[in-house]
Amino acid sequence: MGQITLQGVRKSFGPVNIIKDANLDIENGSFVVFVGPSGCGKTTLLRLIAGLEDVTGGQILIDGRNVVGVPPAKRGLSMVFQSYALYPHMSVRGNIAFGLKMAGLPRSDIDRKVEAAAATLNLTPYLDRKPRELSGGQRQRVAIGRAIVREPKAFLFDEPLSNLDAALRVQMRMEVAKLQKQLATTAIYVTHDQVEAMTMADKIVVLNAGNIEQYGSPLELYERPANLFVAGFIGSPKMNFVPGEVAGEPSVATLGVRPEHLKIGKEGEGWPGTVSVAEHLGSDTFLYVDAGKLGLLTARCIGEFNFKAGDRIWLSPDPARLHRFDKDGVVIRT
Amino acid sequence: MARKVTARRVWVSTAAAWLFGFLIFLPILWMVLTSFKTELEAFSMPPKFLLFHWTTENYATVQERSDYFHHAVNSLLIAGGSTLIAMIIAIPAAWSMAFAPTRRTKDILLWMLSTKMMPSVGVLLPIYLIYRDFGLLDRRAGLVMILCLGNLPIVIWMLFTYFKEIPKDILEAARMDGATIGRELVYVLTPMAIPGLASTLLLNFILAWNEAFWTLNLSTSDAAPLTVFIASYSSPEGLFWAKLSAASTLAIAPIIILGWFTQRQLVRGLTFGAVK
Amino acid sequence: MATQQTQVLGRALLTPAVALLFIWMIVPLAMTIYFSTLHYSLLDSEAWSFVGLENFRYFLTDPAFLTALRNTLVLVGSVLAITILLGTPLALLLDQQVVGRSIIRLMVIAPFFVMPTVSALVWKNLLMHPVSGLFAWVATLVGTTPIDWFNDVPLFSVILIVAWQWLPFATLILLTALQSQDEEQKEAAEMDGASALSTFIYLTLPHLARPITVVILIETIFLLTVFAEIFVTTGGGPGLATTNIAFLIYTQALVQYDVGNASAGGLVAVVIANIVAFFLVRIVGRNLEA
Ligand SMILES: Nc1ncnc2c1ncn2[C@@H]1O[C@H](COP(=O)(O)OP(=O)(O)OP(=O)(O)O)[C@@H](O)[C@H]1O
Ligand SMILES: [Mg+2]
Repeated sequence: MGQITLQGVRKSFGPVNIIKDANLDIENGSFVVFVGPSGCGKTTLLRLIAGLEDVTGGQILIDGRNVVGVPPAKRGLSMVFQSYALYPHMSVRGNIAFGLKMAGLPRSDIDRKVEAAAATLNLTPYLDRKPRELSGGQRQRVAIGRAIVREPKAFLFDEPLSNLDAALRVQMRMEVAKLQKQLATTAIYVTHDQVEAMTMADKIVVLNAGNIEQYGSPLELYERPANLFVAGFIGSPKMNFVPGEVAGEPSVATLGVRPEHLKIGKEGEGWPGTVSVAEHLGSDTFLYVDAGKLGLLTARCIGEFNFKAGDRIWLSPDPARLHRFDKDGVVIRT
Repeated sequence: MARKVTARRVWVSTAAAWLFGFLIFLPILWMVLTSFKTELEAFSMPPKFLLFHWTTENYATVQERSDYFHHAVNSLLIAGGSTLIAMIIAIPAAWSMAFAPTRRTKDILLWMLSTKMMPSVGVLLPIYLIYRDFGLLDRRAGLVMILCLGNLPIVIWMLFTYFKEIPKDILEAARMDGATIGRELVYVLTPMAIPGLASTLLLNFILAWNEAFWTLNLSTSDAAPLTVFIASYSSPEGLFWAKLSAASTLAIAPIIILGWFTQRQLVRGLTFGAVK
Repeated sequence: MATQQTQVLGRALLTPAVALLFIWMIVPLAMTIYFSTLHYSLLDSEAWSFVGLENFRYFLTDPAFLTALRNTLVLVGSVLAITILLGTPLALLLDQQVVGRSIIRLMVIAPFFVMPTVSALVWKNLLMHPVSGLFAWVATLVGTTPIDWFNDVPLFSVILIVAWQWLPFATLILLTALQSQDEEQKEAAEMDGASALSTFIYLTLPHLARPITVVILIETIFLLTVFAEIFVTTGGGPGLATTNIAFLIYTQALVQYDVGNASAGGLVAVVIANIVAFFLVRIVGRNLEA
């Protein structure tokens, strides 16, 4: 079991409010990703759940029990740190076994569980090495092994892959996701890489300046962003925003359209503009278009288009895929 | 250091460095040589460098006639005791400041440093009178106490700088792994800090062993450590050079050897981390 | 880490150290301040009276104080000058490629570990003795008359001994600093066509400015209260020639048993040390931020 609920959780460091009224319901077995810009409070929120920091206000429930004031050791969670935080003086075996040893398990159980975890993570040949004798990816696995072996109620990950190179990151991303599904243990995963967020998550929490902006599945966030911040944060390249007035919809403050939902139309159809940069990726073409009063627009066209800087083109937005926001940045649903 | 240097330059630097080093070491070398001479040869003019009658009788007489061993034990107990007690008080304090810092931690650290800078002579009289009234003069316990307090700021500082280098994450990981604070200290922090603990211990043992203000002023015979014992050679001018040398060699040899082990940590300890 | 529990625990663990140091600082200091306002001699401990600032007036106008102050300043200044002017080239030398560097390093550091009473006596008897000392022999080799060190130049003799003890300290710190200097920076300067001399002036010296300051401050604090070296060699003499402030206070306290006057002197020493300490604490404090 690992159902985690936040009710009105607040955290301030001195006079600064870092987390402002967080409410969240994380279902047992789900993979939840916290994303947001740097400094928005992702790590802080994770550490509050872990018990490494005290909440300033509100409640954190794990399986219905309020754990505010309960020390981290007693919350039954395990954490994978960005720096891995392996015990440098212990072997891989010692690292993985440490939590079980603290729990007072008998020797034979510990050995069995450590061997099993090591086998799952392909660490068996390295069990007697020290962390400094391992590669980055292997250390990462040890950190994960240390987390899974205790069979916690939930895993907490704080940007665990950010120290790995790009190729390894993709591989580990899949392995972590697979492992989590296999163990069916709740996972909370902090990242600022939105590809990680979109690919791994069952549900994403978008944080901004200590507020939860939206909580939903990856597709929900993509298709129905609740506000300007989420609309701009999720999706790459970024969503285009144009003032409603200029776009011919005076009742709307801001109109948003994703680059992939802008079509190159015939002359006189949609919004006119001049190509300022064309990036040819082969599979896609990215066009950065100066559209006068509408501002700079990005269009993503599938396939190869033979445009170059200075060409005049017309862009027409997919009417079904337009996002409309009021003057407070909140989406207008019709 | 990976830079290219001509062989000639290496030889010139080497010769100069050896010359310098030898000159600086000469007094110690000379003392060691003298300790193996007879008293007569210790005096002889021109001095004898290696071709003298080597003898170890000074080492034997130093012990027989002046109870060298008694003072060496005093030195050991006083330096060891004050260092150990200082460590026991300092480890929790340094842990606290490194891992549970508050807004005032920095001020407290600097204040501790400033107590170290108070000249001993400024408080000589009150300490002397307190010790006299409590019967602590010429008692080992009294010296242990005062050297412990005197070195406490350095011990705390050194430990603090070592603990600071241990990533907080690792201790937090232990906490997530279910370790209580006590077990975290025993299984994770202490093993990781052992090099730092060891060099702090050594450096402070050395400082206490060599301390020569309080020991000279607060002890005369019963509790007198080697510093005081050696000082007693200052009066009978000239007659006992070989024995003085033997006693001195015995008094400094173990410390120089310990010191050579700590030389890398020395800088950090003595500059309060201002130079690394 | 910053949970309530750790904070509470942290405070509990810090308290003993802080309390002890606080008592150790405040009680003797308060007593010194109190004594300094008394006319009080241990030889006649019945008769004591409150005299206000009289002891300070007496101590500060005593010609012995001025001599001692001058001696203290000369001692501190000369030892600083010697250790830094010799320590810097020595550190630079040891930073070069040198065969057997670690052995030289050991020889250079060794004097720092010699207890002050030993180094003072070894220098006084084995090296500086006017008839049978090693220096006297060198003098006759060169063909000059040997110097009677502790009679002719007593203060200088003490300075030499103390400088020998502190040279390793300066060298070691400067060497450590040199070794932390960015090698690539020096290479970049070389690529830019800088000569060895200008590399030294524009890169190395500025890099050494901070460690040199630290050496000066720390040595000053210890040198202000040099005691054992004087105690076992000259006993402050001849006359007052090698009496520094620390030794003067010691004489008044434990030789003449003049509590009031010695306490006033002690406070003067505390004030002088605090002026130096102020700067050192600021440097160390700035380093804590980084
Ligand atoms: N112990 C602390 N004391 C004071 N302020 C803190 C503390 N820890 C974090 N903060 C502040 O809280 C804010 C949120 O920090 P946090 O580490 O949670 O951000 P984050 O979202 O994890 O960022 P990143 O993506 O860069 O890791 C930051 O502005 C940070 O400066
Ligand atoms: Mg973070």
